[in-house]
Amino acid sequence: MPVADHAGTDTEIRRVLSEHARLPVEVGSLDENADLFQAGMTSHASVNVMLALEEAFDVEFPETMLRKATFESVGAIRSAIAELTEIAV
Amino acid sequence: MTDMDSDPGTVSGASRAPESEAYEAFRAQLIGAGLLVGTGVDGLYGKSARYESVVGALDGLITKTMVDQPAEELAFPPVMARWVFDKTDYLKSFPDLMGSIHTFRGTDRQHAELISRATSGGDWPACLVPAEVVLCSATCHPVYPLCTGTLPEGGRRFEVNGYCFRCEPSIDPVRMQAFRMHEYVYVGDPETAQKHRDSGLERGMDLLGRLGLAVEAVPANDPFFGRLGTMLAANQRDEALKMEIVTPVCSTERPTAIMSANCHRDHFGTPFEIRDASGGTAHSACVAFGVDRVTLALLRNHGLDPSGWPSSVRELLWQ
Repeated sequence: MPVADHAGTDTEIRRVLSEHARLPVEVGSLDENADLFQAGMTSHASVNVMLALEEAFDVEFPETMLRKATFESVGAIRSAIAELTEIAV
Repeated sequence: MTDMDSDPGTVSGASRAPESEAYEAFRAQLIGAGLLVGTGVDGLYGKSARYESVVGALDGLITKTMVDQPAEELAFPPVMARWVFDKTDYLKSFPDLMGSIHTFRGTDRQHAELISRATSGGDWPACLVPAEVVLCSATCHPVYPLCTGTLPEGGRRFEVNGYCFRCEPSIDPVRMQAFRMHEYVYVGDPETAQKHRDSGLERGMDLLGRLGLAVEAVPANDPFFGRLGTMLAANQRDEALKMEIVTPVCSTERPTAIMSANCHRDHFGTPFEIRDASGGTAHSACVAFGVDRVTLALLRNHGLDPSGWPSSVRELLWQ
């Protein structure tokens, strides 16, 4: 797992979250396993996050991944993107 | 309803649901009895005075039973401001159910083109441009822009009644394209919004049960559109923020939603910039009766002639 890619992916995920998740807290302050929905991300905001992630990483989430668990934390999002890009990030 | 947006299992005109015969038979009965008048379009009906007498009685009963605190009573036209619609996020969830109003703003030359296309059966709507209004997506939607700013202590309550539109032509008479929602809305602090939904659901269950309907409360199953909809639907089930009361009308397997109770959290508070008295983003909740659907459920259960309905039901409605 190349460390640089990992860090770059996280930075990009957090950028998307800060622009689209409408969280009442700083995205940077959240642990990678912190529950984003608990932190205040609404259902509609999570859809915006999903769309922005697709654009940022040039991926398309398949129907099976279009559920809450996929987007519930920075770590979960990273795993999902890793699965889609088949690159260890 | 706000999304009684409540629509379990959309029945498209193209696919024949197993209940198709039951839908067609019930519709034929309603039209035969003179309760509904067909218009040539599925899901669009004129209503007789007898039908409207039930609707009027129901509206009175809903007000008396459901509105437990002073509320601002409002009625809006069946069209609403486009900018308000834009802020509701409805396009994200139900683009295929909405209705947009368009009109002609062209020149004389373009008018001639419009007439020519209309006369030849051509695509004349292509000559139109959007007006500043859309068909009302949910009866409570026009309420939220009234609340922009900071709410008084205790928030605000509204009772709103009006027509909504859903572009879903169906042979099921209960699934109308234009129908009435009678809503009791709360806008204010998060805790009271949740209570408004919970207590409204309970009182609604009780009321509909006393009207002789076999009701059940279930998590809402709105027909969200496309890929985004897959996610919104999954989230809706997980969060159980919106509940529906369903009753069998033409089918016991696929009961019909006749009321919904929905806690929107800050879904409207954020875009309409509404703050509760403590300064936090306001939450909202609505309890919505599909009055036409309840009327049809009563006609189905108790018979097409309301004068022959059980006395307990008649007393409740007309005492």
